[in-house]
Amino acid sequence: MSFINYLSREINCKIVYYGPGLCGKTTNLQYIYQKTNPEAKGKMISLATETERTLFFDFLPLALGEIRGFKTRFHLYTVPGQVFYDASRKLILKGVDGVVFCADSQIARAEANIESLENLHTNLAEQGYSLEKLPYVVQYNKRDMPGIAPVEELRALLNPRNVPDFEAVATTGIGVFETLKSVAKLVLTELRRGGG
Amino acid sequence: MSAPQMVMYEEEFNQIQTIVDRLVRDANSKVVFIIDKNGQLIAAAGDTEHLDTTSLASLTAGNIAATGGMAKLLRENEFNTQYHEGEKANIHIQLVGNRVILVVIFDNKTSLGLVRLRVKKASEELNGIFESLVRKIQDPDRETPFAEITDDDIDNLFND
Repeated sequence: MSFINYLSREINCKIVYYGPGLCGKTTNLQYIYQKTNPEAKGKMISLATETERTLFFDFLPLALGEIRGFKTRFHLYTVPGQVFYDASRKLILKGVDGVVFCADSQIARAEANIESLENLHTNLAEQGYSLEKLPYVVQYNKRDMPGIAPVEELRALLNPRNVPDFEAVATTGIGVFETLKSVAKLVLTELRRGGG
Repeated sequence: MSAPQMVMYEEEFNQIQTIVDRLVRDANSKVVFIIDKNGQLIAAAGDTEHLDTTSLASLTAGNIAATGGMAKLLRENEFNTQYHEGEKANIHIQLVGNRVILVVIFDNKTSLGLVRLRVKKASEELNGIFESLVRKIQDPDRETPFAEITDDDIDNLFND
């Protein structure tokens, strides 16, 4: 749910990075945080366990610039990927304007990807959303790892609707901003259509 | 389809700001802010200069969401009030009309009783304002400045 403030002339939108445990959602946000000018970003917050696994969410506020005199601000969130944090994941999806599904390209994680994507569908449906109608992009992360599946295979499994998708290595930043820009564009396009 | 937008206009914003400014004084508190349930900051008053209100707003919304989740498990509708007591700072969090969150940060210059009393009155007033705001947002004839955004406008935003 975007928030439009006519007084301060700001548009605020919420983007959620979803995906299985250890797929690199937090790493995406960390890279964005590192590479963004200080004046365009707020503090990054990570509610994590002692072993640096996301416990509740990561949060990064970003300012992207002005559009028709309105400042555009994006609030990026990640969900905890581990299966047993499902109750928390549902909460993070509330009021979402755009979703990035971050997949782990390793063959060994194929099942975890599918499970997480099905979980995303279920949790969105519970809130009255549908992935088909939301701004949505897919990222195939960890392309630098050994034992990865070909992109065509991942696409067939995880992106049958052929939404924008990107190969990524979040640790070095490959594909990270491409993914973010793509989903942000879709969110703004949706806003123009009167949704969001 | 995503959830309806939250929109803030000058008229309602001024009404809200008046209430939060007054609440800072009446409750003798340090900071008052209002956020929506998604963590977007709507208004703030008091000594906010050295406070990361964006982060606080996001964390408060997460907190309210988590507490709402617990309420649901206990077959409660919501827990409308939360209070956190620290050594120097205390936070009183009130859900208003199940729509927005009113946060009051205060120290030992005031009391929880006074804060509660003033929050109650402010909540009733805020609820009325947000109800009328929602009616305004849901008006199908409402004009939006974004209908005229072009692909170029969006592309330009991402030109490095």
